[in-house]
Amino acid sequence: MSLNTRIDRETIQHISGVNTRKCMKCGKCTATCPAFHEMEYHPHQFVDMVQKGNIEPLMKSESIWNCLTCFACVERCPRDVEPAKLVEGIRLAVIRQQDQNYLKAEQIPMMLDEDLPQQAIVSAFRKYKK
Amino acid sequence: MKYSYYPGCTLKTKAKELNNYAIASARALGIELEEIENWQCCGGVYPIAKDEIATKLPSVRALAQAKDKGQDLLTLCSACHNVIKRVNEDMRTDEDIRTKVNNYMAPDTTYNGDANVIHYLEMLRDVVGFDALKEKVVNPLKGKKIAAYYGCLLLRPDKVMHFDDPENPQIMEDFIRAIGAEPVIFEQRNECCGGYMTLNDKELAQKRSQCVVESAARKEADCMITACPLCRYNLEVNAKTKLPVIYFTELLAEALGVKEA
Repeated sequence: MSLNTRIDRETIQHISGVNTRKCMKCGKCTATCPAFHEMEYHPHQFVDMVQKGNIEPLMKSESIWNCLTCFACVERCPRDVEPAKLVEGIRLAVIRQQDQNYLKAEQIPMMLDEDLPQQAIVSAFRKYKK
Repeated sequence: MKYSYYPGCTLKTKAKELNNYAIASARALGIELEEIENWQCCGGVYPIAKDEIATKLPSVRALAQAKDKGQDLLTLCSACHNVIKRVNEDMRTDEDIRTKVNNYMAPDTTYNGDANVIHYLEMLRDVVGFDALKEKVVNPLKGKKIAAYYGCLLLRPDKVMHFDDPENPQIMEDFIRAIGAEPVIFEQRNECCGGYMTLNDKELAQKRSQCVVESAARKEADCMITACPLCRYNLEVNAKTKLPVIYFTELLAEALGVKEA
């Protein structure tokens, strides 16, 4: 993946509205994450790494596509840090770049089955495509 | 009582029964659902980013139409409810988003988030009342053990949704009691089914759905109910353990004796 723009902590904070400094590193977000085993970087690591400006590894990681946006981490964070919003911020920083859509319309027909609700497709497009 | 009603994309296609049973049941309860004209798809998931406007516009257009009619906006699909209620909160509380949206849409009167968004289940609880509903039941679903699956979208984030206790909800269990059946409480009832991941990582969606259905099956539920077409799909198609998954409106229509109407 080519990263054609330099993304810094301020950009991610601007997109997400998250203040990473509020984190007290209790790890509750990661403990409650239903996609834990599919995440290379876990929710608490997103918070820590963005705070340190170490953003490029997150942008290159599969973890940004595996977040379910279920908001379990947001609801259960005792400090209201809202890690899912940070994951979204990184994801958007990637797909807003030229030719970085993760899901393309041409891929959809082979994913369809008779019961698949339209809701699945519009939701996936919103998460994986600009 | 008349509401502006936002059905959403799936309720007109793969989830017609969620929609049709809701309308028939509402009629039986003396409630009219007036469909929003020319509504647009909400997008399925709430656009979280602070700097996005275009993805919030379909919700704002529906909200503004309800406000102009002086009606509350009633939703049924969990995803539509989550998206529209959160966009409404943005319009009410985030000056930057509110200003940009109004500048972009240039409506005759600005929209400031003052329509009220209510989910069908909230209407049953807060407007009809579960005691009054119970009295209107002609066909109580006696002896049926039902597991209510909330998922994520109705409950979270609680500070915006204010739907029920996000960790120990009871609105759907109260609904189940009102229609004469027995609620089954299971641990995974407010954890994610896998959602849109069914398109990106099928294995993850299968794992999540299996975890949820297994949890309900362990408590010996006969069936599960949901308000969300994507939850229903995941729980039915992606879980190995098989339990019937039914829209709550279908059981409501059955209990009210309007299922065949």
